[in-house]
Amino acid sequence: MSPWIESEVIVMGAGIVGASAALALARRGHSVTLLERGFCGAQSSGVNYGGVRRQGRSLAQLPLSQRAHQIWGELPALIGIDGEYLRSGHLKLARSEADFVALQGYEAASRDHGLDLQLLDRAALRARYPWVGEIAVGASYCADDGHANPRLVSPAFARAARQQGARVIEQAGDSRVEHDGQRFILHTQSGLRLRAPWLLNCAGAWAADLAAQFGEPVPMESGHPAMLVTEPLPWVMNASTGVEGGGIYARQVARGNCVLGGGRGFALDAQRARPGQSAVLAILRNAVELYPFLAGTQAIRTWSGTEGYLPDHEPVIGASTTQPGLLHGFGFAGAGFQIGPAVGEALAELVCDGASRQPIEAFSIRRFQVRHDLASNH
Amino acid sequence: MSAVVIVGAGPAGIRAAQTLVEHGVHPVLIDEASQGGGQIYRRQPANFTRPARQLYGFEARKASALHQTLDALAGQIDYRPGTLVWNAEHGALDTLRDGHAAHLPYQRLIIATGATDRVLPVPGWTLPGVYTLGAAQIALKHQGCAIGERVLFCGSGPLLYLVAYQYAKAGAKVLGVLDSAPFSAQCRALPELLEQPATLGKGLYYRAWLSAHGVPVHQGATLERIEGGQQVQRAVWRKGDQLHDTECDALAFAHALRSETQLADLLGCAFEWSTLNRAWLPRRDQAGRSSEHDVYLAGDGAGIMGADAAEMAGERAALALLQDLGQTVDPQRCRTLEKRLTRIGRFREGLEAAFPFPEHWAEQAPDDLVVCRCEEISVGELRAVVGEGHWEINRAKAHCRVGMGRCQGRMCGAAAAEIIAHCSGKALHEVGRLRAQAPIKPLPFGVEHDA
Ligand SMILES: Cc1cc2nc3c(=O)[nH]c(=O)nc-3n(C[C@H](O)[C@H](O)[C@H](O)COP(=O)(O)OP(=O)(O)OC[C@H]3O[C@@H](n4cnc5c(N)ncnc54)[C@H](O)[C@@H]3O)c2cc1C
Ligand SMILES: Cc1cc2nc3c(=O)[nH]c(=O)nc-3n(C[C@H](O)[C@H](O)[C@H](O)COP(=O)(O)OP(=O)(O)OC[C@H]3O[C@@H](n4cnc5c(N)ncnc54)[C@H](O)[C@@H]3O)c2cc1C
Repeated sequence: MSPWIESEVIVMGAGIVGASAALALARRGHSVTLLERGFCGAQSSGVNYGGVRRQGRSLAQLPLSQRAHQIWGELPALIGIDGEYLRSGHLKLARSEADFVALQGYEAASRDHGLDLQLLDRAALRARYPWVGEIAVGASYCADDGHANPRLVSPAFARAARQQGARVIEQAGDSRVEHDGQRFILHTQSGLRLRAPWLLNCAGAWAADLAAQFGEPVPMESGHPAMLVTEPLPWVMNASTGVEGGGIYARQVARGNCVLGGGRGFALDAQRARPGQSAVLAILRNAVELYPFLAGTQAIRTWSGTEGYLPDHEPVIGASTTQPGLLHGFGFAGAGFQIGPAVGEALAELVCDGASRQPIEAFSIRRFQVRHDLASNH
Repeated sequence: MSAVVIVGAGPAGIRAAQTLVEHGVHPVLIDEASQGGGQIYRRQPANFTRPARQLYGFEARKASALHQTLDALAGQIDYRPGTLVWNAEHGALDTLRDGHAAHLPYQRLIIATGATDRVLPVPGWTLPGVYTLGAAQIALKHQGCAIGERVLFCGSGPLLYLVAYQYAKAGAKVLGVLDSAPFSAQCRALPELLEQPATLGKGLYYRAWLSAHGVPVHQGATLERIEGGQQVQRAVWRKGDQLHDTECDALAFAHALRSETQLADLLGCAFEWSTLNRAWLPRRDQAGRSSEHDVYLAGDGAGIMGADAAEMAGERAALALLQDLGQTVDPQRCRTLEKRLTRIGRFREGLEAAFPFPEHWAEQAPDDLVVCRCEEISVGELRAVVGEGHWEINRAKAHCRVGMGRCQGRMCGAAAAEIIAHCSGKALHEVGRLRAQAPIKPLPFGVEHDA
């Protein structure tokens, strides 16, 4: 039998959330083991679109998102690379007057959070962003939102955690998890044995299993956003984009390639997904009305990922209501890349300080247990 | 009911189509090329009139027979030339023809997508005037033009001598053939090669012909680098301890072939490691059945066996498909085909021994050598990423973009795997294979399609 691997905290899942939690804990001097089924940052966190935006998030997420914004600004100091992070500005486009009204509503509602949104009517949009298609009637602009390269950023969080002293174990999935009254005991499939008083459930789209095991089932479903990238093109996009009400979002990287997303793909199995022909063709057909400069250019690659969605499209963040020592951080509904580093820090604070600096009550797993509690109190 | 579909109108695909038609099944036959024939029997454009003998040499009879077969199938099959299959999922293919996308459900599918050159880069390989052996041959066969006036042929594999011979016959000045395989390897391989005396005979003939016509043939000679400003000017090569250089205006090189396996991958076929091919290949039984009940594999797309084997494998896969549809097929014919394929398989092992993979290539590749030309990734950049612990090829790709560009790794994938394996100390098969992602080839925005 292998010797026990003892630590104060075991983090399950080395996506951007788990890896940044491990990094924050290690920086505060805690012994952490980061356990990853596959490779660090190779799931959602490594294959996402790369949008690093606050604009458009629910108001409840904005305090954490603002904190994440700060962390993103200090990326090289934290993880050793800039991850191609660029505050390009983020343009949320409206295709109808009703959509533009919705953008105005969001601007008003979020004003206290410091996003500094600028509303652009048709004329202002045309003047400032002539490459946007005629179909857009207006936009909301967030100058300090931007984008980054998820392939580089997310694994770098795990690398930084390792450099700060975290033990990082890849190729270690499907562990048997128990609690002996004091500590969590994990047996990995690869034969390792681990013990720790804290367990962080950062297993992304796969996190519901562990929650259910500890009596907290959540109605999480997997979704698979479709992604596509073009050949390198002359530089045009001086902002990354999104579309009110959903649509094809796009950004251009320094190398010239445009990355686009929109629509949903399908799961190949529990871990792998593809964008699917209908989503790909829909992007190829519809992108041109929003981004006319794409006409005649070519898409060279498509992909998707596996992301967890709860019915209210809000994540679960915070302590378990059934098992002391268990913390959750999962289910980011296609928007956890930007906020992930702040969630990791918040989870670390729950371990170290018993509370996080930003409010997270809205994301408690409790919200899925109301009916269950009523039933059992009866 | 949806159709039986064959992708690839080369020797394998055409024979498969013929066999199906003979049994009353009328397939759809799709090929990206505008004319049938596949790689080896590629046809010339309609306005060219070179005789078959001149185009295909010894293989002229086989080429004409195959072309005639395809022509005779007109009206009995739904032949769709100029049609790219860019994706496959859930029992349907996605095609692109003249800017129009379509969705084609299949009942059964035969994948006969053939092969392309396996390229092991050397410094200077991205200079204008440098081609793969296959591309050099296509230029000659298809367009009737040579890649240059003074051409050097390098690398290894049977195609090396063949293409050099074809160039010399066509009147180009062939400066020499540099075969990285040592003569001793070819002697050792003789017993297996004798399995196919006719093919061996042709190979020996090309070499003898080249020598007799004053074309220097160097064995155990490796290309070190290619030099030039705007264009290839010189090749520097090594034989033993001696460095040589040869002035040339064009150069063709490759080390054998690699299978086009993306479709099988997209369709979820199980893959297995082939030591012989140094590649992960879709698994198939002797008859060509894949791990998926409705997908069959034939020809070089499922492992390099050459054109004759491709014809037989196409026929055999079609017979298997017919059997699985409940038709009676001649069991004797199935056995004969399998036996012949086994024999060619042994010959193929001999070829691999005769033209062994240059084992030291990865070790010797300099850091500043470009390995991935689409994304301009150097060997050094790839090694750096491997040094950080990324030994799985898709992870290496995620970290340094090797294989992420336009060609989706079909040009650089094999070389990248060699570098990663050598640098990480892992066995080549442990490094894995680049996962196929649609589109198999680039797809335009604004494409029209029937929703
Ligand atoms: C295609 C796509 C596009 C997206 N675009 C954006 C965007 O533009 N902006 C944005 O902010 N967000 C985006 N997102 C969402 C974002 O990527 C995710 O919300 C975020 O990465 C979630 O991070 P995570 O760490 O929770 O999950 P993951 O990155 O999925 O990490 C979870 C990890 O847990 C591991 N794991 C699972 N089970 C176990 C186990 N039992 N034991 C050990 N390890 C386990 C997994 O292997 C995985 O590595 C997108 C997502 C996708 C899929
Ligand atoms: C450039 C080249 C030259 C060669 N020359 C010789 C030679 O002279 N002598 C010799 O013995 N061998 C030669 N070979 C080896 C050759 O692969 C085989 O001998 C033979 O052609 C294999 O037949 P096949 O039917 O398996 O595949 P191929 O003949 O390669 O036919 C495959 C066909 O599939 C089509 N295809 C592939 N993917 C798609 C897609 N996604 N959508 C639509 N169509 C697709 C291709 O256009 C091609 O026509 C050559 C190979 C190459 C690459």
